[in-house]
Amino acid sequence: MSEVGISSIVGYIPKLRLLRKSVAESNAWLAPNLMGKGKGTRSMANWDEDSVTMSVEAARRLLGPEDDRSHVDNVFLASTTMPFADRLNSGIVRAALTLEESTQCTDISSTLKCGTTALINAISSVQSGKSDYSLVLSSDKRKSRVGSSQELDFGDASAAIGISNKDIIAKVLATSSVSVDFVDHFRAPNEEFDYNWEERWIRDEGYLKIIPKLVNNLLKENDINPSEIKKFILPCIFPRVPQTISKICGIDPENVVDNLALNVGDSGSAHPLLMLTHVLENAEPNEKILVCSFGGGGDAILLETTKLIGKFKNEESISALLDNGVEETNYMKYLTFNDLVKWEKGMRGEIDRKTALTTLYRHNDAIIGLVGGKCSKTGTIQFPASRVSVSPNSPDIDTQEPYKLAEKRANILSWSADYLSFSVNPPNYYGIVSFEEGGRIMMDFTDVGEGEIESGKDVKMVFRIKAIDEARGFTRYFWKAVPI
Amino acid sequence: MASGIKDKVAILGMGCSKFGERWDTSPDDLMVEAYIEALDDAGIEPNQLDAAWFSHHIDDIGAGKGGTPMSIALRLPNISVTRVENYCASGSEAFRGAVYAVAAGAADIAIALGMEKLKDTGYGGLPATNYGTFGPQIGPSGSAPGNFAQLASAYRAKHGVSAEDMKRAIAHVSVKSHANGAKNPKAHLQKEVTEEQVLNAPMIAEPLGLFDCCGVSDGAAAAIVTTPEIAKSLGKDNLISVKALQLSVSNGLESHHNTWDGSYFHTVRIAAKKAYAEAGITKPREEVSMMEVHDCFSVTELVTMEDLFISEEGQAVKDVMDGFYDADGPVPCQIDGGLKCFGHPIGASGLRMLYEMYLQLQGRADKRQLKNPSIGLTHNLGGQPANNVCSVAIIGSL
Repeated sequence: MSEVGISSIVGYIPKLRLLRKSVAESNAWLAPNLMGKGKGTRSMANWDEDSVTMSVEAARRLLGPEDDRSHVDNVFLASTTMPFADRLNSGIVRAALTLEESTQCTDISSTLKCGTTALINAISSVQSGKSDYSLVLSSDKRKSRVGSSQELDFGDASAAIGISNKDIIAKVLATSSVSVDFVDHFRAPNEEFDYNWEERWIRDEGYLKIIPKLVNNLLKENDINPSEIKKFILPCIFPRVPQTISKICGIDPENVVDNLALNVGDSGSAHPLLMLTHVLENAEPNEKILVCSFGGGGDAILLETTKLIGKFKNEESISALLDNGVEETNYMKYLTFNDLVKWEKGMRGEIDRKTALTTLYRHNDAIIGLVGGKCSKTGTIQFPASRVSVSPNSPDIDTQEPYKLAEKRANILSWSADYLSFSVNPPNYYGIVSFEEGGRIMMDFTDVGEGEIESGKDVKMVFRIKAIDEARGFTRYFWKAVPI
Repeated sequence: MASGIKDKVAILGMGCSKFGERWDTSPDDLMVEAYIEALDDAGIEPNQLDAAWFSHHIDDIGAGKGGTPMSIALRLPNISVTRVENYCASGSEAFRGAVYAVAAGAADIAIALGMEKLKDTGYGGLPATNYGTFGPQIGPSGSAPGNFAQLASAYRAKHGVSAEDMKRAIAHVSVKSHANGAKNPKAHLQKEVTEEQVLNAPMIAEPLGLFDCCGVSDGAAAAIVTTPEIAKSLGKDNLISVKALQLSVSNGLESHHNTWDGSYFHTVRIAAKKAYAEAGITKPREEVSMMEVHDCFSVTELVTMEDLFISEEGQAVKDVMDGFYDADGPVPCQIDGGLKCFGHPIGASGLRMLYEMYLQLQGRADKRQLKNPSIGLTHNLGGQPANNVCSVAIIGSL
């Protein structure tokens, strides 16, 4: 059997980083005990991001701009914060990535270790020969109560991993899982927030007992000496606990990987994969890396880098993502983005956002995949495709062929910053975006910094929440432009 | 080749309600107000009307759908009433319907009436509405000012105009219209404003501040049309006839094809060329006496000056600043105060523009009266720069 492992891996961290100090100081009257946590920043998704959109973004960074993504055989999407309880979330991702309909899509959820569980499933799929390339995506955007420690501990992020049987940068040596009904926290259906038990119990009876057992078994079964582990990855919000576990297991505590708590926070199911991304972006060949997760038991995956790791480089590494963050000091903005306060949306916010599902399906390629049309006669590119071509003086009928726009270069033709219309993040930036090869769309802009928009400026496409139909609980997605 | 509409139809009478925040006035009352004046001006009885066209855009906060609201409000004698809706150009569409009916010989006398009751929305500005089931899934949840404001960014990029110069020029557009509106008792806003006030007003959609946006009002306007022969037989002289009626509608080129640069109105140029040809006008900058254009936003008016071929391309900023379109300039624009001061009760606006041109041509415009105008142009635009319908109508002395 050929080697199976990671062929590529990438992380995505939303641009905004909420200054914890501003949160802690705002809530000091209520929760003075949390002042000590008011250090550093946590990643903060824009209002129009969720676990689906962040997964799409990570996947696009992983797969690159090529139109042909037919090598992806299946998709495993892991999250505890899926926007839909019953609508295939990975199916939305598939459509956004314009993967073929025959791509098998699986949602994996219900525990914080689901990210590593998705990874293990993908590994099994390739190892068994069912697929040659499996795409693993994990993302979380967890809500937390105002004034809670989770508000400061959590962060929003996603990661994407390609599991393949060729061009491996880190081969899989072993995987192991345990299922333990240890309820450190839980979230019932339709509940917004976790209910948490005492931290000392979680630490002592949970992490310090479940993880060492898992790790020891994996190392023993595979005849690996713990001293061979050069990087030990275990997301854990309790300081020094991974080091304690490493000592219990015989792993050098110096090899415990930084958990990005200071800048990102704990991104839930995505976090072990995000930490792994950071590790592999800086790894040397022949390093053994142990990735663990905790939640309803735990998962462990033992990897070893290959010589190809030397050539591995992401366009935007985790280090770059950390450097490129924009500090957000406005705690109220965080609360508003996450719908944690009852804020005045104005009468314009009352418009009915009911989505015609028939229309969504008829135009699924256009709306979710940003696929336009190209006239086979004149070469005119347009969005959306139509039976009659928009070609000037050549209204050819039924000549349109699908044409993907999401990865194409584009720039701003016209724009405005609208203070009148409803927006979760005013002013509402929108305008006409022209694609260099042809086609244009009047669309929303997002992740816009002050003074970043001008006619002629380049933009890139991002898949985002278009609107949320609060009356029916439906999230509407489309693409938006981000100035670059 | 069609012979065109020139001089085939005359305006027999017109009426226009007071525009404004008519809190105590129903849609029906607004219609009656314009209707009574038009009927009285025409000097006819209701049973002399053969057909009616009713323009009304937002039925859910207005009078409702169909032709019945007008027929019932005015107790018309069971004649045909056709409701037309073509975005903000609806009023001009009603006029076109009535004029064509007379020209075709289908009606001897026809009435066009437009009405909109915008102030039953509960907030300022136009109501936020959905537009089909596909559009809202991809289009921005924007507003009219946000859509029209984009003209400024594209125009500046194309012609190398600084943000400051553009802001000042569009401010002058509004200052001029307010000066005109101050002399019009039917206008919603009858106060002059200073350039400083316009420049410092709260931002609505960059670069448009509050005074760059037209008012939001209730109102109605009506025109009764017939043939010149019938008008004369009814004892009318000083006849005002229709010289041109053109409508151009976007086919998606602007919004879907990269040839349009976003700085002008593609449809306006087409409609204007056809209208001038229909009216026999070859030098519009010299031959057009006055204009009422669709100044929904100051920047719309500015670029429209070029699209109507009055200003040379790239010269609108200069012409505006030179006072070319002021009341005492060569081609006064918005002599009644425009949408800026009347507000924009959508279904009524096209007819309201014609009302002022009609009064001016008949020498009945009181304090606003211009010296011997002979040709009046109205430009009524619906939609937004990238996707719109544009009506250009020309009327003049017969």
